[in-house]
Order: sequence, then structure tokens, then C-alpha cells
Amino acid sequence: MKQEPIIRCRKLSLWYSKTQALKDITIDFYPNSVNALIGPSGCGKSTFIKTLNRLNDLISEVRTEGEVFYRNTEIRDPGLDVTDLRKEIGMVFQKPNPFPMSIYDNIAYGPRTHGIRNRSELDDIVENALKSAALWDETSDRLRKSAMGLSGGQQQRLCIARAIAVQPQVLLMDEPTSALDPISTAKIEELLSVLKEKFTIIIVTHNMQQAMRSSDTTSFFLLGELVESGNTEQVFSHPHDKRTEDYITGRFG
Amino acid sequence: MNRRQAAGICSRILVLASATIVIAILAFIICEVVGRGAGSLTWQLISTTPSYLNGTIGILPDIANTIYLLLFSLVLALPIGVISAIYLTEYAHPGKIESCIEFAIETLSGIPSIIYGLVGMLVFCQLFNFKTSLAAGACTLAIMNIPTVIRTVQESLKTVPQSYREGALALGSGKGHTIWTVVLPNAIDGIMSGCILSAGRVTSESAALLFTAGFAHSLVPLSEALSSPGASLSVALYVYAKEQGEFGVAFAIAIMLLIITFLINLAAMMIAKAKKKQI
Amino acid sequence: MPSSKTREVSISALLLAVTLVCVAAVLLITVYLMWAGLPAISEIGLGNFLLGKEWASTSSNPKFGILPFILTSVYGTFGAILIGVPIGIGAAVFLSKIAKGPVKRILTSAIDILAGIPSVIYGLIGMLTLVPGIRKLFGLPDGASLLAAIIVLAVMILPSIIKLSAVALDSVPKEYEEASLALGSTPMEAYLHVSIPAARSGIIASIVLGIGRAIGEAMAIMMVSGNVANMPSLFGSVRFLTTAIASEMSYSSGLQRQALFSIALVLFAFIMIVNALLHLILKKGKKHE
Repeated sequence: MKQEPIIRCRKLSLWYSKTQALKDITIDFYPNSVNALIGPSGCGKSTFIKTLNRLNDLISEVRTEGEVFYRNTEIRDPGLDVTDLRKEIGMVFQKPNPFPMSIYDNIAYGPRTHGIRNRSELDDIVENALKSAALWDETSDRLRKSAMGLSGGQQQRLCIARAIAVQPQVLLMDEPTSALDPISTAKIEELLSVLKEKFTIIIVTHNMQQAMRSSDTTSFFLLGELVESGNTEQVFSHPHDKRTEDYITGRFG
Repeated sequence: MNRRQAAGICSRILVLASATIVIAILAFIICEVVGRGAGSLTWQLISTTPSYLNGTIGILPDIANTIYLLLFSLVLALPIGVISAIYLTEYAHPGKIESCIEFAIETLSGIPSIIYGLVGMLVFCQLFNFKTSLAAGACTLAIMNIPTVIRTVQESLKTVPQSYREGALALGSGKGHTIWTVVLPNAIDGIMSGCILSAGRVTSESAALLFTAGFAHSLVPLSEALSSPGASLSVALYVYAKEQGEFGVAFAIAIMLLIITFLINLAAMMIAKAKKKQI
Repeated sequence: MPSSKTREVSISALLLAVTLVCVAAVLLITVYLMWAGLPAISEIGLGNFLLGKEWASTSSNPKFGILPFILTSVYGTFGAILIGVPIGIGAAVFLSKIAKGPVKRILTSAIDILAGIPSVIYGLIGMLTLVPGIRKLFGLPDGASLLAAIIVLAVMILPSIIKLSAVALDSVPKEYEEASLALGSTPMEAYLHVSIPAARSGIIASIVLGIGRAIGEAMAIMMVSGNVANMPSLFGSVRFLTTAIASEMSYSSGLQRQALFSIALVLFAFIMIVNALLHLILKKGKKHE
């Protein structure tokens, strides 16, 4: 891993009006890796990844300090064009949130938004995105049907396809499998190892096995602090911090 | 104990009686209107214009005027109302201007229609020199209806799941684009009920129209409608009943207005039902 | 091409500009009513105008006292509330707490339809049924009277009172009533002693809304109140603030016309007071929650 980090975060702190939700987070993410963020509910994992694509902007009274760079762009820059940033850093949410449109239109939404109008070009993008998300075989014959008719697991893979159709560099995933059944979860985990060939994936998860199975690095958050971060195998087998050990052995959380 | 029981029975009877009175009033109105108006509601009445030569009355011009007023006032009120609702729910942050706007909306919805009519006459007929015309009437009605449109569209925008907005924004869509492509299409029911409620107010309004649109009964084509005066069905009802003593015609118009009221309620109910199903 | 940031800001500004139409409309109405209504008041004198008992706008020695109209509007509204509120609250309790299934659906639709019926229809029926009825019942020369107007107004404000009160009653937590029942009260007692007090602010708001409706109504009462500028009496022919404007506007001129605008200004002042009251009650109710 001697590459340049794709996301570089230095002493990032965040406040919701008066309560501090993130404390001095310093962490790097490298290209083509799967990075798991673990920790108990309310520890700041989701808040952290929503800082990376500035989705926290939706909440008023959010204040941040420190530095977060995507390549050479300061993400916190108030003058930054967030639509450009979000094109580079895509996101998949906890609950599948397809738009109430056809499967095709869901996938084509992003490319269309960014100015692609050519029919055959869109067709290609949709097909490739669905194939990358392992959804093509199930949906190729009903692209014009509403996405709301898909099962939960299919909807989530559709959301992944929708995110990668924009061709981002980084893919943020906020507990993408927590609302899904085990089979759908397994399918998405399988996907992760394929997707990391093209993207950098940062995944928030509650599920320790998931982190172990599918991530390269693991970072443990507790009460807004980054307690420990490193190679997944090492974090799970030889945690440096007592709190990490307590958490992964299930003593709290 | 006895007194308590008696009080219980009494209050139960009173509550039941109140509800019965409400139903009875409606039943009475329907019977009265239909009973007195059915005989006068002929095809000839609906399809002709009044003729002094033949001494006949026809309400075709009034029907046309009602439709013109409806169209023109909606064309004005709908965009303004929808845009205001979008601003208030999607863009506004609580502040001085916003509370000012909220206050203005509350005030507008409380102002009696006779005052709208008066100010409409001063502003649209005189200041803007529209004269007494359907244009002046439609402008007045549009302002009356803006609060209704704003409120219904706002309600509907609030029911659009936040996850849709987040999903679109996370794909790099701008805020305006997100609203246009994802939020607004899902608030279409609110826009429709805004239209329907406005339609109800336009058809039932009379006080605001008396001095702005006047009470002419001549049939004009759509192209000239804006500049001509004309009575809507409700105004015509008033004129025929109060000024001309043509009660049969008035009740015939009343039947039509009642039917419109029923249809409007039905449409509103169907939209609400469809929305419920969707969720 | 401008950055998406500046584009979003300009969109927001543009939308705000359109939204300000509402504020502009309120300002326009206020300013125009004052501009049109104040001259006559200053010419007639505020005291003479508001407290003068005689309105003779077209006589050779015209008098412009609107006390009869003010009192008629106040009495008429008060009377309508007196009749409408008990029935309205009763029906609201029935709708919210007792009615189920098809009964509830029918009652709800009936209320919605009553709310949607044009006021001229209320006026028409009042004119041809209620007015003759009152004449016969009380042996009067003419039944067009304050009483007829009160009854029509009471019916017209019913839907808003019922709807708002029912919403307020619906939002009373079930636990309150259950607690009352558990203490041995009958369901009816629970509604009267627990639910209604708990829904107080919503019910009061519905009454204030009804007051606003009643003060502002013109066409229906124009058709049933006889329209003579008398000091109000229950069986006498009367003229309200609203009907005073409507009945003379079409042929008025000069000071008479200006005085009509002054009446509108007085009516507007009444409405603004009622609105402010409503606003306060609703705000207080919200805080309470």
C-alpha cells in the first residue's frame, strides 16, 4: 500500500450545534481497498462518512474543523462545488432508497443529471452498472418496470448500481446490509470484493463478521473518537487498544 | 348515582343530536335545492344565452365564464403557489423574512372575500385598468387561492421521503435539479388537490367577483374572455334570485353548483386515497 | 457556465422573490384599504363615523354613522357562535370519539360538502325557506331579519368548527381517556371532563375561526337580513358591515363611496384582530404540546 491516499483526513472534528460528534479524526484511505468502519450506534461512523460527501450540509448548525482532502481537494471548502464532489464520491444508504421510477430511470438518473442524453450511451451505462452490481440477470427483462417492485436486496443492489453509474472513485456505504436478509447480505458482500477493483469503498457496518470477511482495513469508532485503525486481520487478531478488544469480543456495543 | 346516569344519557343524546342536525341540514339543503330546481333545469337553460326578445333565460354564458375564471385564476395561482411552497419547505431557513411570509399567508387566508372584491376592484379594475372584466376577477381569485395552493403543496412536499432527496444529492444532483426531478413528481397529489380546492373556491365565490368581474350574461369566446365582464354561476344565482326574482333558474343553478361541490369532494377523496395506497 | 453553487443561490433568490407575492398582496390590501378608507373617516370624524347611529348616505343631508352595522355584525356573529358552537362541538365529539366505519365516513363527507357549498346557496334557501318560516312563526310583516341571518351564519360556520375541533379531539392521547375510565368514569364523562379540556386550544381556535368566517360573510346574509340600516334587533331588518359595502357599492359616488371603503377598513381591522387572536391561540397550543 505505498500509493498516495485517495482520502486524507487530519484532526477532523464536528459539532451538531453544541454537541461534539467527531473528535480529531485522523485517517487515510487508499485506492482499491475496502475499509470498514465499526463501532456501537451513535459513535459517529455515519456522521463521519457523510462529512466525506458533504451530505451533512443538509443539517443546519453543523460545524467542522480540521482537514479532509479528496486527492488535492479540500472537502470542507465552503466554495467547493458539492455536486462535483458527490460525482466523485458516491453513496449507498442504510435503507434502500430507489426513486419511484423505472429501474432504467433510476440508474440513468445520475448520468442524465451530469449531462448525458445520448440514448445508446445511457443504455450502455445502465447495462454495465447493473452487471457490476450483479443485478443484470434479474432485471434485464424488466428495465421499464418500477424499481419499487424489486425485493429489498435487489433494491439495495439497484442503489449500488445507481451509485456506480456515475463512475465515482470512492463509494461510501452506510450499513448497506442492515435492512436485508442474510442471502441478500451475502450477495452484497460478494460484490464488495469485485467492486474494489474499480473503487475505493468505505463501509459502515454493525456486523463484525462482515467487517472481518470483506474488508482490508478496519477502523473502530467510539463516542466520536477513532480508537484504532489498521489492517483488518491485525485489528481483529491483535487489537492495540483495550476498548477495541472489548468491542470485538462483544463485551459492549 | 341516578343524577350521574341521567347526565350521561343527556349528554349522549345531545352529542348524537348535534351530529344528526349536521346530516339533516345537508339532507334538507339537497332536497330543497333539487325539489325546487329540478323542474327548471332543462337542456334549453344550460345550452342557451338569455334573450330579452324571447324572454328566455339561458345560463350557458355563466357556465363558460366560470370555466374561464377557473382557468385564468389557476394559471396565475398555481405557479406562484407551487413555487412559494417549494421555497418554504425546501429552501427557507427560519428567519425574519420567513415568519413575515408565514404571517402573510395566514392573513391572506383569513381576509373575507368581500374585501378581496373591493381591493381587487381598486387595484385590478382601476389601477391596472382592466375595467370590470374576467381578467380582474381571475386575478382577485388567484390571490385568494394562493394560500390554499401553498398549504396543500407544502403538506404534500413534507410527505416526500427525505431519502429520495438524499439519494439524488448523493449522486451529485444539484438541489434545484433534485427538487424538479425527484421531489416534485412525488408531490403531484398535493398540486392536484391544490387545484381542486381552488376550483371549489372559484365556483362557489361570489362576493369577490361582484365588483371585479361584474354580472354580464353574454357569451364570449376564450380569446375575448379576459377583457369582457361576466357572471360566474354563483354570481348568476345571486343576480337571478335577488335582483330578478327568477327562483326556478336560481335553484337550477344551485343544483349544478351542488353537483360540482360533490364532484370536487369526490376528487379530493380519491386523491387522498391514492396517496394513502402509495405510502 | 456559473458554478452549481452560484446557480443554487440564484434559484433560491428567484423562488423567494415569487414567494414574496404573498407579502406584497397583504401590504397592497392594507395600504389600499387605508388609502381609500381614511379620507372619509377624517372628513366625517372618527367618532361620528364609528359611533353615529344613523346611516343615510343618499339623503340631501347625508349621515354616515356605522354603529348599526358594527353592532349588527357583532350581534350576528355572537348569535351564530351561540348556536353553532354547542352543535359544532357536540358533532365533533361524535365524529372523533363515537362514530365508526360508514357512519364516520358519511358524517365526514357531509361536513366536507357543507363546507364546500357556495354561500349563495345558503342565502337562496334562507331567503325562500327560512325567511317565510320566521315570518309565519312569529307573525311578522317580513321574516328577513337578524334572526334569519344568525341561523344562516350558524349553519355556515358549523363545518369549520366541527372539523378543527375534531382534529383537536383526535390528537388527545388515548391514555388520558383510559386513565379517566380506569377511575370509574363513563366514556361520556371522560370525553366531557378530560378530552374536551385537553383539546381546549384547538377547540377555541375553531371558534375564533368561526368568528372570522361569520364576520366576513357577505352574500348569504345579504339575501336574508332585509338590508335596512337599522340599529339591530332580533326580528328587525338589519345591515351588516359586509352587506353595507356590497349593497351600495354598485351605485355609490363621492363621499358615500369613500365611506364604503372606510367600512371595509373597519371590517379589515376586525378581521386582523380575530386573526391575531387565532395566531396567538394556535401558537400557545403548540407550545403547550
